[in-house]
Amino acid sequence: MDGSTLSLVLFSGTDDKLNAAAVLTAGAAAMGRKVNIFLQYWALDAFRADRIGKERGLAPEAGPEGAEAYRKHGGQHWSEIFRQAKEIGDVKIHACSLSMEMFGLTVEDLDPLVDDQEGVASFFMDADGPVTFI
Amino acid sequence: MATVNIDRSIDARGMPCPGPLMSLIGAIREGEVGTVIEVLSSDEGSKTDIPAWVAKAGHELVEVVPEEGFTRFIVRKAR
Repeated sequence: MDGSTLSLVLFSGTDDKLNAAAVLTAGAAAMGRKVNIFLQYWALDAFRADRIGKERGLAPEAGPEGAEAYRKHGGQHWSEIFRQAKEIGDVKIHACSLSMEMFGLTVEDLDPLVDDQEGVASFFMDADGPVTFI
Repeated sequence: MATVNIDRSIDARGMPCPGPLMSLIGAIREGEVGTVIEVLSSDEGSKTDIPAWVAKAGHELVEVVPEEGFTRFIVRKAR
């Protein structure tokens, strides 16, 4: 692996933000960077096995015009982009244990894209550079 | 256009970034060393991303051909 790890904290659960995070992850993985992802709150909810394919709306700033542009642009679902990124690179997706407890979830409730659940200190064990919050 | 035998052609036109690159990476991984893969992409990002990835991954960018509304990238798997 080359360069520093891309560490992402995903908080938002809207499709546009998850798509942006998936694209960053795929690009970093393609260029040989390790990717370390921590899922909190609404992003964690989006990775629930029973919800991962469902439409989750867009960030409020999208507005009707932005929503139309997003819908028209098409492309793959963000979960598929994460799956491809995991295939080609070293991408680990961890569920935040605090959010897991808040929602009463176990790892079995999550899509197999999620590797495990961990506490925030464990996430920082692998975050050897800046952390991006989305 | 140089005469090079294309072993596999991927039509990724209409696919947004990073779709065409991801398709190329998948095809490179599946192919034998020496395989020549052609990717057709209408994504503007591919113009910088595909050459950058090919250089980084140590493969050979045989040719980049601008076409009407898309670009044709020809890549040889080098290792």
